[in-house]
Amino acid sequence: MRAYLFRRSLIGLLTVLGVATATFLLLRIMPGDPAVAALGDPGKSGASMEQVEALREQWGLNRPLHVQYFSWLWGAARFDFGESLRSRKPVLEEYARKLPVTASIVILATALTLVVAVPAGIVSALKQDTALDYVVRVISLAGLSLPSFWVAVLIIVGLVRYFQWLPPIDFAPIWEDPVRSFKQFILPAFAVAFATIGMVARLTRSAMLEVMREDYVRTARAKGLQERLITYRHALRNAILPVMTAMGMYIGFGIGGLIVVEVAFNVNGVGRYLIAAVQRRDYPVVEAVTLAAAFFIVATNILVDVLYAFLDPRIRYT
Amino acid sequence: MTTSNPPTPQPGAAAADGATLSAFQERPRRSFFYHARGFISGKPLGTVGLVIILFMAFLAVAAPLVAPKDPNKINAYETLEAPGANYVLGSDRRGRDVASRVIYGARMSLLVGFSSVAIGCAVGFLLAVTTGYVGRWPDMATQFLVDVLLAFPFLILAIVIVAVLGASTFNIIMAISIGYVPWTARIVRSTVLTMKEREFVTAAVASGASQWRIMFRHIAPNCVAPFLVVLTAGIGGAIIAEATLSFLGLGLPPPTASWGRDLQEGSSRLIESAPWLSIFPGIAISLTVYGFNLFGDALRDVFDPRLRTL
Repeated sequence: MRAYLFRRSLIGLLTVLGVATATFLLLRIMPGDPAVAALGDPGKSGASMEQVEALREQWGLNRPLHVQYFSWLWGAARFDFGESLRSRKPVLEEYARKLPVTASIVILATALTLVVAVPAGIVSALKQDTALDYVVRVISLAGLSLPSFWVAVLIIVGLVRYFQWLPPIDFAPIWEDPVRSFKQFILPAFAVAFATIGMVARLTRSAMLEVMREDYVRTARAKGLQERLITYRHALRNAILPVMTAMGMYIGFGIGGLIVVEVAFNVNGVGRYLIAAVQRRDYPVVEAVTLAAAFFIVATNILVDVLYAFLDPRIRYT
Repeated sequence: MTTSNPPTPQPGAAAADGATLSAFQERPRRSFFYHARGFISGKPLGTVGLVIILFMAFLAVAAPLVAPKDPNKINAYETLEAPGANYVLGSDRRGRDVASRVIYGARMSLLVGFSSVAIGCAVGFLLAVTTGYVGRWPDMATQFLVDVLLAFPFLILAIVIVAVLGASTFNIIMAISIGYVPWTARIVRSTVLTMKEREFVTAAVASGASQWRIMFRHIAPNCVAPFLVVLTAGIGGAIIAEATLSFLGLGLPPPTASWGRDLQEGSSRLIESAPWLSIFPGIAISLTVYGFNLFGDALRDVFDPRLRTL
């Protein structure tokens, strides 16, 4: 187990490094210059050629590519992601200020997904081809079909405008003041979770349907076990494993929804921070946020695999 | 989607086992209409999806004929008119006809949806068939690439690419298609690995077929079924991605009709006074994607029941 964890972490680290390198190259190789973006095109109006060059010099953009890359990498290894080109503040500091907002939404959205989607999927599988099953399936497919920003707009129109419902303005992370945080973030969290609920409910349903046809479920029935015990002790325990793996793989999509929902709800989180940084060509910010996102995706996937071993004693990592 | 629907004829089965079945050519050749009838009766929801897709495709292709007005014609005297006789779905704040913009918007959505999925899946497919068959370091390199791409949040990648390269139809398609490479590569690779061990491949090797012939005449056709399924289901996702980019202001620049941006424009300040501005594009996106998902689910059931857990 320990050797396995070590190997997984090493590969994970390499993957994150790959993402970081790809982002770095993408931003540097492709056209567009942050100095020009900040000062204006020297050819037309804006700053003079010298001013642009001076800014490039100051930001270190005129150094050879590999020098920029390794100095950035060396910084990142020590959690120094440089300064935002725009605000001149350390990226890490700004990121740390926005992370609790996004983290609160993520926690609420994950909780919503698990609480709603897993039971819905189970019920849908147990009552296969009944009206209830059809309702669950139609709604969960809608979860995959409605873009997150559209759900967000609908929520804003429906609740906030017509019912004059407004979330509290001052921010509280969920681990400090759960009630206020809940009031503030439940709607964005629902907008994010709507898509993931659809996915997870569908996954749970199909996994349960598959497991319910297994021999050990038939055996459990044959020996006269209560249907409830069969469902929870035999079927669900086996069905939940592939669902977890798939959830780990879908995190990337969840992050996409998160960004749009933050923009739609005007929430001051990491997603909006990233969008603003992309539009201003604020390289250090884009690099750091992408790196962090890749880290969370990889870390969650490793965590899922470790949990797997705990939930299923048959699995031994070597 | 359903597991206990009446059994439908399986057009996929012929492709999936073509090589092993070729020895027993007794299997009756059924016409296209035979399979189509089976699909309609066996998968009513999938048929509904297909009808929605065909309807949207019709709107996109025949937009100049179907649209009641010019989608870009500005009319300063008739701004923000409610849906009615003159403007079927209302007019926006520049007096443009919402109905016509929704109809023209189908072009952008479907174009991006189809082509980005086609390109992304084609690249992933070729990559998986070649490196999966060859194995060794090309396979490992591809695996690593797939891992990196999967750890790259899909939307962030697309946003960065479009923001850096600039918003053109081509760039948007490229940005979205990259997201489909790792998924296709991963699914197709697993099929390639099982196909590699089958007798018909050994037979091909024994009879002296070249590597390329084995890859593309023997292995690739057998990987098409799971690949087609990803393709159909993915188009909905690509349409959402395109709408999302437009919503974030990273889509095509203003005059072009796009559901995502029209929705965003309507949602910012006009949502109370003129809800039709955002509601109709929103319905168009949701309906189209719903159609692709319904159809994709039905296809998956027919072609490859093993993929149900994906």
